[in-house]
Amino acid sequence: MTFIIDLLAATLRNATPLIYGTVGETYSERSGVLNLGIEGTMYAGAFAGFATAAATGSPLIGLAAALVVGVLAGAIMAFLTVTLGANQHVSGIGLTIMLIGVAEFANRLIFTGTDLQRIEPMPLLDPLAVLGPGGEVFRQYALTYVAFLLVVPVAWWVLQRSSFGLEIRAVGENPEAADAAGVNVARTRYLALMIGGALMAIGGAFFTLAVLGSFTLDIIAGRGWVCVALVIFGRWRIGRGVLGALVFSFVYSLQFRLRILPGFGELPFELLLALPYLVVILALALSGRNVAYPGAYLKPYRRS
Amino acid sequence: MVGGETSGPEVALELRGITKRFGDLVANDAIDLDVRRGEIHALLGENGAGKTTVMRVAYGLSHADSGEIRVNGTLVHVRSPRDAIAAGIGMVTQHFSLVRPMTVAENLALGRSGGLRLDLNAARRTAADASMRFGIRVDPDAIVGNLSVGEQQRVEILKALARDCRILILDEPTAVLVPQEVDALFATLQRLVADGLGVVFISHKLGEVRAISQRVSVLRRGRMMGTVPGTTAEGELARLMIGRPIAGDKRAAPTHDDAGGGVGDPRGVLSIRDLRVAGSHGTAVIDGLSLDVRAGEILGIAGVSGNGQTELVDLLSGMRMPLGGSVVVDGVDVTGLGPAEMVEAGVGRIPEDRHASLIPELSVAYNLVMERLDEFRRAGRLDERAINEHADRLIERFAIKAHRGDRVAALSGGNIQKVLLARVLSRDPKVLVVSQPTRGLDVGATEYVRSQLVARRTAGAAVLLVSEDLDELLDLADRLVVIYEGRIVGEMAVGDADPERLGLLMAGRGAAGGAAA
Repeated sequence: MTFIIDLLAATLRNATPLIYGTVGETYSERSGVLNLGIEGTMYAGAFAGFATAAATGSPLIGLAAALVVGVLAGAIMAFLTVTLGANQHVSGIGLTIMLIGVAEFANRLIFTGTDLQRIEPMPLLDPLAVLGPGGEVFRQYALTYVAFLLVVPVAWWVLQRSSFGLEIRAVGENPEAADAAGVNVARTRYLALMIGGALMAIGGAFFTLAVLGSFTLDIIAGRGWVCVALVIFGRWRIGRGVLGALVFSFVYSLQFRLRILPGFGELPFELLLALPYLVVILALALSGRNVAYPGAYLKPYRRS
Repeated sequence: MVGGETSGPEVALELRGITKRFGDLVANDAIDLDVRRGEIHALLGENGAGKTTVMRVAYGLSHADSGEIRVNGTLVHVRSPRDAIAAGIGMVTQHFSLVRPMTVAENLALGRSGGLRLDLNAARRTAADASMRFGIRVDPDAIVGNLSVGEQQRVEILKALARDCRILILDEPTAVLVPQEVDALFATLQRLVADGLGVVFISHKLGEVRAISQRVSVLRRGRMMGTVPGTTAEGELARLMIGRPIAGDKRAAPTHDDAGGGVGDPRGVLSIRDLRVAGSHGTAVIDGLSLDVRAGEILGIAGVSGNGQTELVDLLSGMRMPLGGSVVVDGVDVTGLGPAEMVEAGVGRIPEDRHASLIPELSVAYNLVMERLDEFRRAGRLDERAINEHADRLIERFAIKAHRGDRVAALSGGNIQKVLLARVLSRDPKVLVVSQPTRGLDVGATEYVRSQLVARRTAGAAVLLVSEDLDELLDLADRLVVIYEGRIVGEMAVGDADPERLGLLMAGRGAAGGAAA
């Protein structure tokens, strides 16, 4: 029983950064821009959040710093791909390399000592403790509550039900038609990328500000790329993307716990470690065929 | 003959001296046009006459080199569709600008309000209102991508109406419609003009133009030939549209009587029977087409583009599968074969888009062997020496001004066409399928290409020539057939062709007699 409660709690916790990243990437891609800067943006968000929190002593100010860095990263991506019309793959990978490099460089400059710097991480909330052991599942960080109860529904509503969301979807599907209807294509893509960048950076900051309370190299470890896959798995829909994040996170949390169970010790742990990624690949292979990409995916827009 | 009415209070849209050049080509030469409130004003002309160009200028999709636009007597500067919409001008282009995965209501609401508030109910009210007043029936909650082309066109009209347009331009609106939808569209247009809108109806179909419009302005080769009442006789409209008397038989080339072999064979070297081919929309674009091309003959296919020519050439190239019917080349059934097998059967093709038939980044030499790589392969490797010798031979024989190592992309249009000609003709095809062979070429290259086609005919090949250039057809072809809506609607010897009858046939007003198949 504790095994299952622990597993479910870990699933929600591990899914949190993926939710922020997947929703952020969904916004970018629905506007027609594949943002491969996501890995670097999460990394930069993790570092900026930690460094600011360490300097000010306030995780909340750290969170705000991560948000600002994410908006800037989105704006850089928008400048490259929307204003300059550069290739989105190259721009995104370049942005990731640059942001990781800058974050590591700044890390060395600021935290020169050999000791691992730590901050007081954000506290866990436990609103359902009265339910006894079952309530343990909901012993989570505030950012997890924000992700599931605020970010996901609001992001869904804005994208699917608001005028701004209609414009994001229109410029991602048929920018010519949107332009002809009076929508400012460039402005809409800038906003979508900046909102997306902010969400990605908060997803990265979740590691340093909440889970670990410290910054280590390779802290994101490819989770940005997982989000890119989850967006495709979710067919650019927020609900399906969240579902994908939960499935990945469940398998990810499960394999950690399987290692210590009797019988699984015989298996090479690398095999178990690969399990969630294999699940993503399998899910993509099964559900990713014939998916309808946004119509203007990867295409810069220029008025003819 | 130019309609020179002074702009009265009833004039909604007024174009004065619109001139638009593309390089050396004058697409619009000082066009004047008045569209009144409450009238359907047809803009008639052949392909390339400049109808769409001048209306794109009016809607801000393209910018005139000179001229002015007035709406209700006031000078307006139309720099983009947004300016045109603000001035009350709406346009339904042939290529719809709709967001296909979205609903009709979402398409109507797009760009209508900023911020977060999205009032889809207003869009639904617009749709309901338009349905009641103008008979434009469309489900506001349907996904646009699932609608028929006719329904999508209605959504485009709704979009214009939702933005309070008072002048509605429709670019060949019936080209994509089935007959019942045409009737519904016409009924809608009548109700719109009754409401005081001015409608510009671009078309090349005489019957439609006469059925719907109060006045007709005719364009020919970028110039306004005049504005006449919609009741003008079809023959007169056709004459205005096609114009010049047909150039006489000025060919010095031998007629097919002089050519050897195959003459008199009732079935041609290329014989097509009851052919049916699906277009991009899945409906049959070629529907019951039959024709024969004899050895030593050039058969010209005349017709307004979009009547099945592209699909016919694709099919004969092996790039498209037929729905039914048969294609026989020199007694061998080639129905439904692929490109390589078509070439093998003796079909050579010079398609409309010459750039798509060559690989621009590869050298002239490689492009020249592209259709027959097997013959230049030795032990799994390409025989570079043979390829180069082959290239040098063809460059010499077809007077291509290029080196064998030059990239095709670096060549002029005339030389690109010569590379294509050399590749196809060097195989001595029994059947040659040629589409728009001289489009965009200069005079010298045009003469050369034509002389090569005539030489093929003399050598006994069966040549099928598709062209929108009537002069070219009359110069080169021995026989003409007219294609309309995927069928051959008329046939004539070149000497018997007169512009009025050709114009009527091309515009779908089938003349008595002469219909093949």
